[in-house]
Amino acid sequence: MKLVTAVVKPFKVDDVKAALKAVGVTGMTVQEVKGVGRQGGHAEVYRGAEYKVDLLPKVRFDLIVAPEDAAAAVDAIVEAAATGKIGDGKVWVTDVDTVVRIRTGERDAEAV
Amino acid sequence: MEIDSGDTAWVLASTALVLFMTPGLALFYGGMVRAKNMLAMLMQNIFAMGLMAVLWVLVGYSIAFGGTNDWVGNFDFVAMKDVGMEVAEGLTIPIILFATFQMTFAIITPALITGATADRFKFSAYAVFIAVWLVVVYAPVAHWVWGGGWIFDLGALDFAGGAVVHINAGAAALALAILLGKRRGWPREGMHPHNLPLTVLGTGILWFGWAGFNAGSALAANGLAAQAIMNTFIAASSAMVAWTIVEWLKDGKPTTLGAASGAVAGLVAITPCAGFVGTGSSMIIGAAAGVLCLLAIGLKTRFGYDDSLDVVGVHLVGGLVGALLLGLFADATINEAGADGLFFGGGAELLGKQAAASFAVLAFSFIVTMIIGKLIDVTIGLRVDEDAEEIGLDISQHAETAYSFSGIASMDRISYDRDLEGS
Repeated sequence: MKLVTAVVKPFKVDDVKAALKAVGVTGMTVQEVKGVGRQGGHAEVYRGAEYKVDLLPKVRFDLIVAPEDAAAAVDAIVEAAATGKIGDGKVWVTDVDTVVRIRTGERDAEAV
Repeated sequence: MEIDSGDTAWVLASTALVLFMTPGLALFYGGMVRAKNMLAMLMQNIFAMGLMAVLWVLVGYSIAFGGTNDWVGNFDFVAMKDVGMEVAEGLTIPIILFATFQMTFAIITPALITGATADRFKFSAYAVFIAVWLVVVYAPVAHWVWGGGWIFDLGALDFAGGAVVHINAGAAALALAILLGKRRGWPREGMHPHNLPLTVLGTGILWFGWAGFNAGSALAANGLAAQAIMNTFIAASSAMVAWTIVEWLKDGKPTTLGAASGAVAGLVAITPCAGFVGTGSSMIIGAAAGVLCLLAIGLKTRFGYDDSLDVVGVHLVGGLVGALLLGLFADATINEAGADGLFFGGGAELLGKQAAASFAVLAFSFIVTMIIGKLIDVTIGLRVDEDAEEIGLDISQHAETAYSFSGIASMDRISYDRDLEGS
Protein backbone atom coordinates (compact mmCIF):
# COMPACT_ATOMS: atom_id res chain seq x y z
CA MET A 1 0.00 0.00 0.00
CA LYS A 2 1.09 3.57 -0.61
CA LEU A 3 0.57 6.73 1.41
CA VAL A 4 0.20 9.77 -0.83
CA THR A 5 0.80 13.04 1.02
CA ALA A 6 0.28 16.44 -0.50
CA VAL A 7 0.70 19.97 0.85
CA VAL A 8 -1.25 22.49 -1.22
CA LYS A 9 -2.54 26.05 -1.18
CA PRO A 10 -5.70 26.33 0.97
CA PHE A 11 -7.95 27.65 -1.77
CA LYS A 12 -7.11 24.59 -3.91
CA VAL A 13 -8.67 22.13 -1.48
CA ASP A 14 -11.96 21.75 -3.32
CA ASP A 15 -10.23 21.29 -6.67
CA VAL A 16 -7.89 18.63 -5.29
CA LYS A 17 -10.71 16.79 -3.59
CA ALA A 18 -12.76 16.77 -6.81
CA ALA A 19 -9.77 15.59 -8.87
CA LEU A 20 -9.11 12.71 -6.46
CA LYS A 21 -12.72 11.68 -6.54
CA ALA A 22 -12.56 11.65 -10.33
CA VAL A 23 -9.75 9.05 -10.23
CA GLY A 24 -11.60 6.89 -7.73
CA VAL A 25 -10.07 8.02 -4.44
CA THR A 26 -12.89 8.56 -1.97
CA GLY A 27 -11.16 8.49 1.40
CA MET A 28 -8.63 11.00 2.65
CA THR A 29 -7.55 12.92 5.74
CA VAL A 30 -7.12 16.65 5.51
CA GLN A 31 -5.39 18.96 7.97
CA GLU A 32 -4.71 22.66 8.12
CA VAL A 33 -0.95 23.02 8.50
CA LYS A 34 1.66 25.73 8.31
CA GLY A 35 4.78 25.54 6.28
CA VAL A 36 7.69 27.41 4.81
CA GLY A 37 9.40 26.85 1.49
CA ARG A 38 10.65 29.08 -1.27
CA GLN A 39 7.54 31.25 -1.22
CA GLY A 40 8.66 33.31 1.77
CA GLY A 41 5.99 35.06 3.77
CA HIS A 42 4.30 38.35 4.38
CA ALA A 43 4.67 41.23 6.82
CA GLU A 44 2.21 42.03 9.59
CA VAL A 45 2.19 45.31 11.51
CA TYR A 46 0.89 45.87 15.03
CA ARG A 47 1.09 49.47 16.31
CA GLY A 48 4.10 50.14 14.15
CA ALA A 49 5.96 46.96 15.09
CA GLU A 50 6.55 45.06 11.86
CA TYR A 51 6.76 41.29 11.85
CA LYS A 52 7.82 38.85 9.17
CA VAL A 53 5.48 35.84 9.06
CA ASP A 54 7.11 33.06 7.07
CA LEU A 55 5.05 30.03 8.12
CA LEU A 56 2.12 30.21 5.75
CA PRO A 57 -1.17 28.34 5.97
CA LYS A 58 -1.34 25.24 3.77
CA VAL A 59 -3.56 22.19 3.63
CA ARG A 60 -2.15 18.67 3.92
CA PHE A 61 -3.84 15.67 2.31
CA ASP A 62 -3.06 12.11 3.37
CA LEU A 63 -4.55 9.24 1.43
CA ILE A 64 -3.80 5.55 1.29
CA VAL A 65 -4.14 3.82 -2.08
CA ALA A 66 -3.24 0.55 -3.75
CA PRO A 67 0.27 0.70 -5.26
CA GLU A 68 -1.04 0.68 -8.83
CA ASP A 69 -3.30 3.69 -8.10
CA ALA A 70 -0.62 5.92 -6.60
CA ALA A 71 0.62 7.44 -9.86
CA ALA A 72 -2.88 8.45 -10.95
CA ALA A 73 -3.56 10.04 -7.55
CA VAL A 74 -0.31 12.00 -7.67
CA ASP A 75 -1.01 13.24 -11.18
CA ALA A 76 -4.53 14.27 -10.22
CA ILE A 77 -3.27 16.28 -7.24
CA VAL A 78 -0.49 17.98 -9.20
CA GLU A 79 -2.83 18.98 -11.99
CA ALA A 80 -5.52 20.27 -9.64
CA ALA A 81 -3.23 22.16 -7.25
CA ALA A 82 -0.97 23.87 -9.78
CA THR A 83 -1.21 27.61 -10.29
CA GLY A 84 2.29 27.98 -11.72
CA LYS A 85 3.17 30.42 -8.97
CA ILE A 86 5.69 29.88 -6.22
CA GLY A 87 4.17 28.21 -3.15
CA ASP A 88 2.03 25.59 -4.90
CA GLY A 89 3.30 22.90 -2.52
CA LYS A 90 4.54 19.32 -2.86
CA VAL A 91 3.32 15.74 -3.23
CA TRP A 92 5.22 12.68 -2.05
CA VAL A 93 4.56 8.96 -1.80
CA THR A 94 5.71 6.58 0.94
CA ASP A 95 5.34 2.84 1.44
CA VAL A 96 2.84 1.65 4.01
CA ASP A 97 3.32 -1.63 5.81
CA THR A 98 -0.21 -2.42 6.99
CA VAL A 99 -3.67 -0.87 6.71
CA VAL A 100 -6.65 -2.03 8.80
CA ARG A 101 -10.25 -0.82 8.60
CA ILE A 102 -11.23 -0.59 12.25
CA ARG A 103 -14.94 -1.35 11.84
CA THR A 104 -14.49 -4.63 9.97
CA GLY A 105 -10.92 -5.67 10.59
CA GLU A 106 -10.29 -5.82 6.82
CA ARG A 107 -6.66 -5.43 5.84
CA ASP A 108 -4.62 -3.73 3.12
CA ALA A 109 -6.29 -3.56 -0.34
CA GLU A 110 -9.70 -4.35 1.16
CA ALA A 111 -9.29 -1.65 3.76
CA VAL A 112 -8.74 1.32 1.46
CA MET B 1 -40.40 75.62 22.92
CA GLU B 2 -37.91 75.19 25.71
CA ILE B 3 -35.41 72.44 26.27
CA ASP B 4 -37.01 69.58 28.21
CA SER B 5 -34.64 67.60 30.40
CA GLY B 6 -36.53 64.29 30.04
CA ASP B 7 -36.65 64.52 26.24
CA THR B 8 -33.02 65.54 26.09
CA ALA B 9 -31.96 62.68 28.37
CA TRP B 10 -33.72 60.11 26.20
CA VAL B 11 -32.27 61.41 22.93
CA LEU B 12 -28.79 61.56 24.52
CA ALA B 13 -29.16 57.90 25.49
CA SER B 14 -30.60 57.01 22.07
CA THR B 15 -27.65 58.64 20.34
CA ALA B 16 -25.29 56.36 22.25
CA LEU B 17 -27.53 53.34 21.49
CA VAL B 18 -27.51 53.98 17.75
CA LEU B 19 -23.75 54.51 17.70
CA PHE B 20 -23.34 51.10 19.36
CA MET B 21 -25.21 49.47 16.49
CA THR B 22 -22.25 49.94 14.15
CA PRO B 23 -19.83 47.71 16.10
CA GLY B 24 -22.80 45.36 16.52
CA LEU B 25 -23.24 45.30 12.76
CA ALA B 26 -19.50 44.68 12.41
CA LEU B 27 -19.82 41.50 14.52
CA PHE B 28 -23.06 40.47 12.81
CA TYR B 29 -21.34 40.61 9.42
CA GLY B 30 -17.89 39.60 10.66
CA GLY B 31 -19.13 36.27 11.98
CA MET B 32 -20.51 35.46 8.54
CA VAL B 33 -17.34 36.01 6.49
CA ARG B 34 -14.40 33.65 6.24
CA ALA B 35 -11.75 34.00 8.95
CA LYS B 36 -9.19 35.50 6.56
CA ASN B 37 -11.49 38.49 5.95
CA MET B 38 -12.70 39.09 9.51
CA LEU B 39 -10.64 42.17 10.34
CA ALA B 40 -11.36 43.75 6.98
CA MET B 41 -15.07 43.51 7.74
CA LEU B 42 -14.65 44.93 11.24
CA MET B 43 -12.38 47.66 9.92
CA GLN B 44 -14.78 48.77 7.18
CA ASN B 45 -17.54 49.10 9.76
CA ILE B 46 -15.66 50.86 12.53
CA PHE B 47 -13.88 53.12 10.06
CA ALA B 48 -17.30 54.52 9.17
CA MET B 49 -17.48 55.69 12.81
CA GLY B 50 -14.41 57.77 12.03
CA LEU B 51 -14.78 59.03 8.50
CA MET B 52 -18.57 59.43 8.32
CA ALA B 53 -18.70 61.40 11.57
CA VAL B 54 -15.99 63.81 10.42
CA LEU B 55 -17.74 64.40 7.09
CA TRP B 56 -21.15 64.69 8.75
CA VAL B 57 -19.91 67.49 10.97
CA LEU B 58 -18.10 69.24 8.11
CA VAL B 59 -20.76 69.09 5.35
CA GLY B 60 -23.19 66.15 5.64
CA TYR B 61 -25.48 67.65 8.27
CA SER B 62 -25.74 70.92 6.39
CA ILE B 63 -26.59 69.22 3.08
CA ALA B 64 -29.25 67.15 4.85
CA PHE B 65 -30.80 69.77 7.13
CA GLY B 66 -29.83 73.20 5.78
CA GLY B 67 -32.75 75.08 4.20
CA THR B 68 -35.95 73.62 2.75
CA ASN B 69 -35.12 73.33 -0.94
CA ASP B 70 -36.93 70.36 -2.55
CA TRP B 71 -33.80 68.49 -3.62
CA VAL B 72 -30.78 69.33 -1.50
CA GLY B 73 -29.82 71.30 1.59
CA ASN B 74 -27.51 74.29 1.68
CA PHE B 75 -24.25 75.16 3.40
CA ASP B 76 -25.71 77.17 6.32
CA PHE B 77 -24.54 74.65 8.91
CA VAL B 78 -21.12 73.74 7.49
CA ALA B 79 -18.75 72.65 10.28
CA MET B 80 -21.63 73.03 12.79
CA LYS B 81 -21.90 76.77 12.22
CA ASP B 82 -24.88 78.03 14.28
CA VAL B 83 -25.54 74.48 15.53
CA GLY B 84 -25.25 74.89 19.28
CA MET B 85 -26.83 74.23 22.63
CA GLU B 86 -30.00 76.22 22.01
CA VAL B 87 -33.30 74.43 21.45
CA ALA B 88 -33.99 72.95 18.01
CA GLU B 89 -36.90 74.52 16.13
CA GLY B 90 -40.12 72.65 16.85
CA LEU B 91 -38.43 70.29 19.32
CA THR B 92 -37.49 70.28 23.00
CA ILE B 93 -33.88 69.16 22.67
CA PRO B 94 -30.70 71.09 21.85
CA ILE B 95 -29.99 71.42 18.13
CA ILE B 96 -26.45 70.04 18.61
CA LEU B 97 -28.02 66.88 20.06
CA PHE B 98 -30.27 66.48 17.01
CA ALA B 99 -27.19 66.82 14.77
CA THR B 100 -25.32 64.19 16.79
CA PHE B 101 -28.27 61.78 16.83
CA GLN B 102 -28.50 62.10 13.05
CA MET B 103 -24.73 61.60 12.77
CA THR B 104 -25.06 58.07 14.17
CA PHE B 105 -27.52 57.24 11.34
CA ALA B 106 -25.09 58.63 8.78
CA ILE B 107 -22.43 56.31 10.22
CA ILE B 108 -24.37 53.06 10.11
CA THR B 109 -26.04 53.53 6.71
CA PRO B 110 -22.89 53.26 4.55
CA ALA B 111 -21.64 50.52 6.90
CA LEU B 112 -24.70 48.41 6.02
CA ILE B 113 -23.40 48.17 2.45
CA THR B 114 -20.26 46.26 3.52
CA GLY B 115 -22.23 43.01 3.75
CA ALA B 116 -22.77 42.98 -0.01
CA THR B 117 -19.17 43.80 -0.89
CA ALA B 118 -17.53 41.39 1.57
CA ASP B 119 -14.21 39.68 0.85
CA ARG B 120 -13.21 41.69 -2.26
CA PHE B 121 -13.64 45.47 -1.80
CA LYS B 122 -10.28 47.26 -1.76
CA PHE B 123 -10.05 49.31 1.44
CA SER B 124 -8.88 52.51 -0.27
CA ALA B 125 -11.77 52.24 -2.74
CA TYR B 126 -14.21 51.61 0.13
CA ALA B 127 -13.07 54.68 2.03
CA VAL B 128 -13.34 56.93 -1.04
CA PHE B 129 -16.70 55.40 -1.91
CA ILE B 130 -18.41 55.96 1.45
CA ALA B 131 -17.02 59.50 1.65
CA VAL B 132 -18.49 60.44 -1.73
CA TRP B 133 -21.69 58.44 -1.13
CA LEU B 134 -22.41 60.21 2.17
CA VAL B 135 -22.26 63.59 0.48
CA VAL B 136 -23.99 62.89 -2.84
CA VAL B 137 -26.46 60.15 -1.88
CA TYR B 138 -27.12 59.84 1.85
CA ALA B 139 -27.29 63.53 2.78
CA PRO B 140 -29.56 64.52 -0.14
CA VAL B 141 -31.91 61.59 0.52
CA ALA B 142 -32.04 62.48 4.23
CA HIS B 143 -32.92 65.99 3.08
CA TRP B 144 -35.73 64.74 0.81
CA VAL B 145 -37.34 62.77 3.64
CA TRP B 146 -36.46 64.51 6.92
CA GLY B 147 -34.96 67.87 5.93
CA GLY B 148 -38.02 69.43 4.29
CA GLY B 149 -37.39 68.09 0.78
CA TRP B 150 -39.85 66.76 -1.78
CA ILE B 151 -40.72 63.46 -0.09
CA PHE B 152 -41.42 65.33 3.15
CA ASP B 153 -43.68 67.74 1.22
CA LEU B 154 -45.34 64.86 -0.61
CA GLY B 155 -46.46 63.43 2.74
CA ALA B 156 -44.79 60.02 2.47
CA LEU B 157 -43.89 58.70 5.93
CA ASP B 158 -40.55 57.37 7.16
CA PHE B 159 -40.31 57.36 10.94
CA ALA B 160 -36.71 56.23 11.45
CA GLY B 161 -35.22 55.51 8.05
CA GLY B 162 -36.90 52.76 6.03
CA ALA B 163 -36.14 54.71 2.86
CA VAL B 164 -33.28 56.94 4.05
CA VAL B 165 -31.33 54.12 5.66
CA HIS B 166 -32.45 50.69 4.46
CA ILE B 167 -33.76 51.12 0.90
CA ASN B 168 -30.94 53.59 0.30
CA ALA B 169 -28.16 51.29 1.57
CA GLY B 170 -29.79 48.20 0.03
CA ALA B 171 -29.96 49.74 -3.45
CA ALA B 172 -26.34 50.89 -3.19
CA ALA B 173 -25.38 47.39 -2.03
CA LEU B 174 -27.02 45.87 -5.10
CA ALA B 175 -25.20 48.28 -7.42
CA LEU B 176 -21.81 47.57 -5.83
CA ALA B 177 -22.34 43.79 -5.76
CA ILE B 178 -22.98 43.96 -9.52
CA LEU B 179 -20.01 46.27 -10.20
CA LEU B 180 -17.55 44.31 -8.05
CA GLY B 181 -18.52 40.93 -9.45
CA LYS B 182 -18.63 37.64 -7.62
CA ARG B 183 -16.16 36.44 -5.02
CA ARG B 184 -13.73 33.96 -6.56
CA GLY B 185 -15.31 30.55 -6.25
CA TRP B 186 -18.87 31.78 -5.54
CA PRO B 187 -21.35 30.10 -5.60
CA ARG B 188 -19.62 26.75 -6.14
CA GLU B 189 -17.31 26.85 -3.13
CA GLY B 190 -18.55 26.64 0.42
CA MET B 191 -18.11 30.09 2.00
CA HIS B 192 -19.85 29.37 5.24
CA PRO B 193 -19.73 31.68 8.25
CA HIS B 194 -16.58 31.36 10.34
CA ASN B 195 -18.06 32.36 13.71
CA LEU B 196 -21.82 32.37 14.16
CA PRO B 197 -21.63 33.10 17.90
CA LEU B 198 -20.30 36.55 16.96
CA THR B 199 -23.16 36.95 14.50
CA VAL B 200 -25.64 36.16 17.28
CA LEU B 201 -23.93 38.63 19.62
CA GLY B 202 -24.04 41.23 16.84
CA THR B 203 -27.76 40.56 16.39
CA GLY B 204 -28.31 41.21 20.08
CA ILE B 205 -26.38 44.47 19.94
CA LEU B 206 -28.32 45.61 16.86
CA TRP B 207 -31.65 44.74 18.51
CA PHE B 208 -30.66 46.61 21.67
CA GLY B 209 -29.40 49.61 19.71
CA TRP B 210 -32.53 49.70 17.57
CA ALA B 211 -34.40 50.92 20.64
CA GLY B 212 -32.52 54.17 20.19
CA PHE B 213 -32.85 54.12 16.42
CA ASN B 214 -36.65 53.88 16.42
CA ALA B 215 -37.89 55.01 19.83
CA GLY B 216 -35.23 57.72 19.82
CA SER B 217 -36.67 58.96 16.53
CA ALA B 218 -39.68 60.23 18.49
CA LEU B 219 -37.12 62.87 19.59
CA ALA B 220 -38.91 63.01 22.93
CA ALA B 221 -39.47 60.84 25.99
CA ASN B 222 -43.20 60.44 25.52
CA GLY B 223 -45.97 58.00 24.69
CA LEU B 224 -44.95 57.82 21.05
CA ALA B 225 -41.44 56.73 22.01
CA ALA B 226 -42.97 54.05 24.23
CA GLN B 227 -45.23 52.82 21.40
CA ALA B 228 -42.23 52.83 19.04
CA ILE B 229 -40.06 50.70 21.34
CA MET B 230 -42.83 48.11 21.70
CA ASN B 231 -43.39 48.12 17.94
CA THR B 232 -39.68 47.69 17.31
CA PHE B 233 -39.20 44.79 19.67
CA ILE B 234 -42.37 42.90 18.76
CA ALA B 235 -41.68 43.23 15.03
CA ALA B 236 -38.20 41.73 15.53
CA SER B 237 -39.68 38.91 17.57
CA SER B 238 -42.48 38.05 15.17
CA ALA B 239 -40.09 38.23 12.22
CA MET B 240 -37.72 35.84 13.96
CA VAL B 241 -40.54 33.38 14.65
CA ALA B 242 -41.88 33.66 11.09
CA TRP B 243 -38.46 33.25 9.44
CA THR B 244 -37.61 30.27 11.63
CA ILE B 245 -40.92 28.47 10.97
CA VAL B 246 -40.75 28.95 7.20
CA GLU B 247 -37.09 27.97 7.10
CA TRP B 248 -37.84 24.89 9.18
CA LEU B 249 -40.59 23.82 6.76
CA LYS B 250 -38.58 24.71 3.66
CA ASP B 251 -35.05 23.54 4.52
CA GLY B 252 -35.69 21.01 7.27
CA LYS B 253 -33.97 22.67 10.25
CA PRO B 254 -34.42 25.83 12.31
CA THR B 255 -31.01 27.55 12.12
CA THR B 256 -29.30 30.06 14.37
CA LEU B 257 -28.35 32.22 11.40
CA GLY B 258 -31.95 32.08 10.21
CA ALA B 259 -33.31 33.25 13.56
CA ALA B 260 -30.75 36.07 13.71
CA SER B 261 -31.47 37.12 10.13
CA GLY B 262 -35.20 37.06 10.80
CA ALA B 263 -34.86 39.40 13.77
CA VAL B 264 -32.84 41.88 11.73
CA ALA B 265 -35.36 41.69 8.85
CA GLY B 266 -38.14 42.57 11.30
CA LEU B 267 -36.14 45.47 12.73
CA VAL B 268 -35.52 46.80 9.23
CA ALA B 269 -39.18 46.58 8.21
CA ILE B 270 -40.53 48.25 11.35
CA THR B 271 -38.07 51.15 11.04
CA PRO B 272 -40.27 53.35 8.80
CA CYS B 273 -43.43 52.31 10.68
CA ALA B 274 -42.38 52.40 14.34
CA GLY B 275 -44.05 55.71 15.22
CA PHE B 276 -47.06 55.46 12.93
CA VAL B 277 -48.63 52.05 13.65
CA GLY B 278 -50.05 50.08 16.57
CA THR B 279 -48.72 46.99 18.32
CA GLY B 280 -50.82 44.45 16.41
CA SER B 281 -49.89 45.96 13.07
CA SER B 282 -46.22 45.82 14.06
CA MET B 283 -46.48 42.13 14.75
CA ILE B 284 -47.98 41.56 11.28
CA ILE B 285 -45.39 43.78 9.57
CA GLY B 286 -42.58 41.89 11.31
CA ALA B 287 -43.96 38.48 10.34
CA ALA B 288 -44.40 39.58 6.73
CA ALA B 289 -40.80 40.81 6.63
CA GLY B 290 -39.54 37.56 8.11
CA VAL B 291 -41.16 35.51 5.36
CA LEU B 292 -40.55 37.87 2.43
CA CYS B 293 -36.87 38.53 3.28
CA LEU B 294 -36.25 34.79 3.65
CA LEU B 295 -37.66 34.27 0.17
CA ALA B 296 -35.76 37.31 -1.18
CA ILE B 297 -32.33 35.97 -0.25
CA GLY B 298 -32.81 33.34 -2.97
CA LEU B 299 -32.83 36.05 -5.63
CA LYS B 300 -29.06 36.40 -5.71
CA THR B 301 -28.43 32.84 -6.85
CA ARG B 302 -31.28 33.11 -9.35
CA PHE B 303 -29.94 36.33 -10.89
CA GLY B 304 -26.25 35.68 -10.25
CA TYR B 305 -25.17 38.74 -8.26
CA ASP B 306 -23.00 38.00 -5.23
CA ASP B 307 -24.73 39.96 -2.45
CA SER B 308 -22.47 38.12 -0.06
CA LEU B 309 -24.29 38.61 3.26
CA ASP B 310 -27.76 39.44 1.91
CA VAL B 311 -27.93 43.21 2.26
CA VAL B 312 -30.35 43.32 -0.67
CA GLY B 313 -32.49 40.49 0.67
CA VAL B 314 -32.70 41.90 4.19
CA HIS B 315 -32.30 45.68 3.93
CA LEU B 316 -33.62 46.56 0.47
CA VAL B 317 -36.50 44.09 0.56
CA GLY B 318 -37.13 44.59 4.30
CA GLY B 319 -37.11 48.36 3.82
CA LEU B 320 -39.58 48.10 0.93
CA VAL B 321 -41.84 45.75 2.91
CA GLY B 322 -41.94 48.21 5.80
CA ALA B 323 -42.39 51.32 3.67
CA LEU B 324 -45.21 49.79 1.60
CA LEU B 325 -47.01 48.07 4.49
CA LEU B 326 -47.03 51.43 6.24
CA GLY B 327 -49.36 52.50 3.44
CA LEU B 328 -51.76 49.83 4.70
CA PHE B 329 -51.28 49.93 8.47
CA ALA B 330 -50.60 53.62 9.29
CA ASP B 331 -52.96 54.83 12.01
CA ALA B 332 -53.37 58.53 12.71
CA THR B 333 -54.63 57.81 16.23
CA ILE B 334 -51.12 56.58 17.07
CA ASN B 335 -49.46 59.68 15.66
CA GLU B 336 -51.45 62.68 14.50
CA ALA B 337 -48.45 63.84 12.46
CA GLY B 338 -48.88 60.63 10.45
CA ALA B 339 -51.81 59.53 8.31
CA ASP B 340 -54.33 56.72 7.93
CA GLY B 341 -53.40 53.83 5.67
CA LEU B 342 -55.65 51.68 3.51
CA PHE B 343 -56.75 49.43 6.40
CA PHE B 344 -57.43 52.39 8.71
CA GLY B 345 -59.83 54.31 6.52
CA GLY B 346 -57.32 56.47 4.71
CA GLY B 347 -57.78 54.92 1.26
CA ALA B 348 -54.90 54.14 -1.08
CA GLU B 349 -53.44 57.63 -1.09
CA LEU B 350 -50.71 56.97 1.48
CA LEU B 351 -49.77 53.67 -0.18
CA GLY B 352 -49.22 55.54 -3.45
CA LYS B 353 -47.01 58.09 -1.73
CA GLN B 354 -45.04 55.37 0.04
CA ALA B 355 -44.45 53.57 -3.26
CA ALA B 356 -43.38 56.78 -5.02
CA ALA B 357 -40.94 57.69 -2.24
CA SER B 358 -39.52 54.17 -1.94
CA PHE B 359 -38.89 53.62 -5.62
CA ALA B 360 -37.49 57.14 -6.07
CA VAL B 361 -34.91 56.50 -3.33
CA LEU B 362 -34.18 53.03 -4.72
CA ALA B 363 -33.58 54.35 -8.25
CA PHE B 364 -31.57 57.39 -7.16
CA SER B 365 -29.29 55.42 -4.87
CA PHE B 366 -28.80 52.60 -7.39
CA ILE B 367 -27.97 54.88 -10.30
CA VAL B 368 -25.71 57.32 -8.45
CA THR B 369 -23.91 54.43 -6.71
CA MET B 370 -23.28 52.85 -10.13
CA ILE B 371 -21.74 56.12 -11.34
CA ILE B 372 -19.56 56.65 -8.26
CA GLY B 373 -18.51 52.99 -8.28
CA LYS B 374 -17.61 53.07 -11.95
CA LEU B 375 -15.55 56.25 -11.51
CA ILE B 376 -13.63 54.70 -8.63
CA ASP B 377 -13.15 51.50 -10.63
CA VAL B 378 -11.50 53.26 -13.58
CA THR B 379 -9.30 55.41 -11.35
CA ILE B 380 -8.05 53.49 -8.32
CA GLY B 381 -9.88 50.17 -8.88
CA LEU B 382 -12.74 48.82 -6.76
CA ARG B 383 -11.56 45.30 -6.29
CA VAL B 384 -8.44 43.68 -4.84
CA ASP B 385 -6.36 41.50 -7.18
CA GLU B 386 -6.57 37.70 -7.23
CA ASP B 387 -3.62 37.08 -4.92
CA ALA B 388 -4.95 39.54 -2.35
CA GLU B 389 -8.35 37.88 -2.42
CA GLU B 390 -6.83 34.42 -1.99
CA ILE B 391 -4.60 35.37 0.92
CA GLY B 392 -7.49 37.31 2.44
CA LEU B 393 -8.18 40.98 2.99
CA ASP B 394 -6.88 40.99 6.56
CA ILE B 395 -3.30 40.42 5.45
CA SER B 396 -3.48 42.06 2.02
CA GLN B 397 -5.30 45.24 3.08
CA HIS B 398 -4.40 45.63 6.73
CA ALA B 399 -1.26 43.51 7.43
CA GLU B 400 -2.94 41.80 10.40
CA THR B 401 -4.59 38.49 11.24
CA ALA B 402 -7.77 38.23 13.29
CA TYR B 403 -6.99 35.03 15.15
CA SER B 404 -3.59 33.88 16.31
CA PHE B 405 -4.27 30.78 18.40
CA SER B 406 -1.31 28.78 17.21
CA GLY B 407 1.92 28.62 19.18
CA ILE B 408 3.85 28.21 15.94
CA ALA B 409 3.06 31.61 14.50
CA SER B 410 6.76 32.21 13.81
CA MET B 411 6.87 35.95 13.77
CA ASP B 412 10.25 37.64 13.61
CA ARG B 413 10.19 41.29 14.39
CA ILE B 414 11.69 43.07 11.41
CA SER B 415 11.81 46.55 12.83
CA TYR B 416 13.05 45.65 16.31
CA ASP B 417 16.63 46.80 15.79
CA ARG B 418 15.49 49.98 14.13
CA ASP B 419 13.13 50.71 17.04
CA LEU B 420 15.95 50.28 19.55
CA GLU B 421 18.20 52.61 17.58
CA GLY B 422 15.51 55.24 17.63
CA SER B 423 15.07 55.13 21.41
